[in-house]
Amino acid sequence: MGVEPATWFWLFLTFAALVMISGLYCFLVTFNLLRMLIGLEIIIKGVTLLIIAAGFLSGQLALAQAIVITVIVIEVVIMVVAAGLIINFHDLFDSLNVKNTRSLKG
Amino acid sequence: MIYLFIFIPFLALIVINLLPQGEGEFAGWAALAVFSAQLAAAALAACGLIGLGGGWLDQLLHFRLLSDRTGLLLLFLAGLVGGTALLSGWRLRGASRSNFINLLLIALTGINGLALASDLFSLYVFIEVVAVSSFVLIALFRERSGLEGSFKYLMMSALASVLMLSAVACFLVAADGMSFAAVRAALAVPGNYLARAALGLFLCGLFIKGGLVPFHGWLPDAYMSAPAPVSVFLAGIATKAAGLFTLVRLVRLAPASADLSAVLLLVGTLSIVVGALAALGQRDMKRMLAYSSISQMGYIVAALGTGSALGNAAALFHFFNHAVLKSQLFVNAAAVEEQTGTRDMDRLGGLAARLPVTGTTSVIAILSTAGLPPLSGFWSKLLIVIALWTAGHQFYAAIALLASGLTLAYFLSLQRRVFFGRLRPELENVKEAGAALLLPALGLSALTVGVGLVFPFILGMFIK
Amino acid sequence: MITMAILLVAMALAALWTVTANLYLRATIALALTSVILTVIMFRLGAPTAAVFELSVCAGLISVIFISVISLTHRLTLQEFLSRRQNRFARFRYLPPLLIAAALAMYFARQPLGVSLPWRETVTDARSVMWDLRRFDLFGQVMVLLAGVFGVVTLFRGAKNRDGR
Repeated sequence: MGVEPATWFWLFLTFAALVMISGLYCFLVTFNLLRMLIGLEIIIKGVTLLIIAAGFLSGQLALAQAIVITVIVIEVVIMVVAAGLIINFHDLFDSLNVKNTRSLKG
Repeated sequence: MIYLFIFIPFLALIVINLLPQGEGEFAGWAALAVFSAQLAAAALAACGLIGLGGGWLDQLLHFRLLSDRTGLLLLFLAGLVGGTALLSGWRLRGASRSNFINLLLIALTGINGLALASDLFSLYVFIEVVAVSSFVLIALFRERSGLEGSFKYLMMSALASVLMLSAVACFLVAADGMSFAAVRAALAVPGNYLARAALGLFLCGLFIKGGLVPFHGWLPDAYMSAPAPVSVFLAGIATKAAGLFTLVRLVRLAPASADLSAVLLLVGTLSIVVGALAALGQRDMKRMLAYSSISQMGYIVAALGTGSALGNAAALFHFFNHAVLKSQLFVNAAAVEEQTGTRDMDRLGGLAARLPVTGTTSVIAILSTAGLPPLSGFWSKLLIVIALWTAGHQFYAAIALLASGLTLAYFLSLQRRVFFGRLRPELENVKEAGAALLLPALGLSALTVGVGLVFPFILGMFIK
Repeated sequence: MITMAILLVAMALAALWTVTANLYLRATIALALTSVILTVIMFRLGAPTAAVFELSVCAGLISVIFISVISLTHRLTLQEFLSRRQNRFARFRYLPPLLIAAALAMYFARQPLGVSLPWRETVTDARSVMWDLRRFDLFGQVMVLLAGVFGVVTLFRGAKNRDGR
């Protein structure tokens, strides 16, 4: 690939940022728990892309892969816990919308 | 030796779950033994009575652990606050009890990993260990507020993780690996803006994890909605370890710079003032303590912002005091809630006559937090103000001093509304809490008074 | 360069589809698609181990988690569905301009920073790095997984027996 590394870096950075902005936007405009979780997933995808690209560009691809694998494991555990919370939430309120059910002030 | 800190809780977890569970009594005692052993080991190691070498395990495992005084301080506090939380949750029964104990041990392993990690990414992994066990602990009873508080914490914490991971990606490009040494070397290069940006991202993530203003939205909800023993653990050590302790580690990696110092001072002072003002307006006892927690954490961050050796020492000393005092106040809140069934301060009053021990220990903790001599909180606040002043930040020093007055104001309001005044008729039959809540409260107050009296010795032991 | 750019654009579009889809099930499928495209990107960059993880865990396991949550919770009447479809356009109105603005900002910010990359060529096997250098992280992973196990034990205990204290 005969392109300059700095160009590559900006290409990956731009697209990772675009993916993360989409996720963050979804996270911010919704009051629905499941949709927030989906937004979060998209943000994490963007970060994963960024880490792999950084590893590729700096020649530390092996380290980047080790990091990505760890991140994926943590991500899945967080998703399982969040899914458990959502299911319990739905059992209690029969709704996934925090606007209907919010009891906490902040 | 040092490997025992991470393996003993892990092994205890396995043993507890392999053995048949009766009423869960054995699990409780075993976990208590783990916490006490850690407390004792950390104290002995700080006095130099136990060596901290890796020995043959180092050859075998290559964990590259970092053992220093700062880490030992966290290990000591984790044992202390963890044991306190365990005792205050002693009354739990059934599945809640075993889950509580298991998750507490996992969180302890996570905190110990944090204390010993010598690598930025390992630090992140162990922050997540503490965070995931905290999410589950908050939702332990699966009731309305617990689920909401937990979900909110989970979301904010995940956003913080994303920021930290972006920082890790930047360091991959800007530094030669993830170890503290490599990161320090990269930050020392003058033109390395990418490393600076990465440091900023990581700091933002830690501000969210620690619940500092302007990222504090989740913290009062999480503390308030958690079950009483869990909020002792969260407020006392879990969020402090994940947010503040890592902040201490990170700030020491960067060379002193005006920008970093300005950011830390600003965030710290904002937290001090906003936390104290918000605490004044609360009715819920635990919510007030949560805002007070934000305010006290602000002192620690501001002290770190001075960048001087004195500032660092003051920050660590206040970290110690804050963990002790806040866990004690949450234990007192647990006692009040358990005996009266409410945390609404407008429906309490005059409990000092009915809960004499809780009332007295609460007075000690409150006076110490507000900075009254000769209690331990006075010394740490004094050191922080001196550090700010001598570093040329007179303005911030003045704010820190004035906010001490606010601290006293909201705490006196708490004390007056809960413990002093006329006893309400419906609280006539309230009795003192059980020994499981009184013992930790007494022990922690003794520590507060004792540390205040032998202050120079303690300072030398942990910080110098 | 061209292939990679196409893949990146596809990933961004899949992400956009994920966040704007008005049915959870479609969002989940789009999320899996995003993961698959990310997997292909990883393969092309020479990171097969991470790619396999991404494909099996993120595209596979997380989709399963989402679908089970949806099937356990999702009860949407036709009316809700229609109102949501109207809402969606109002809600996501600002996203495309925001994305374009961000892309332009990144394009123009490109020159001044001028990062000089190390461009090392020290590619080794990911498994050996994981095992030789990142063993403490592996221990951390085990602890996170254990926390997740106790999370499942606590949170999926069956909705009926909320015994609590």
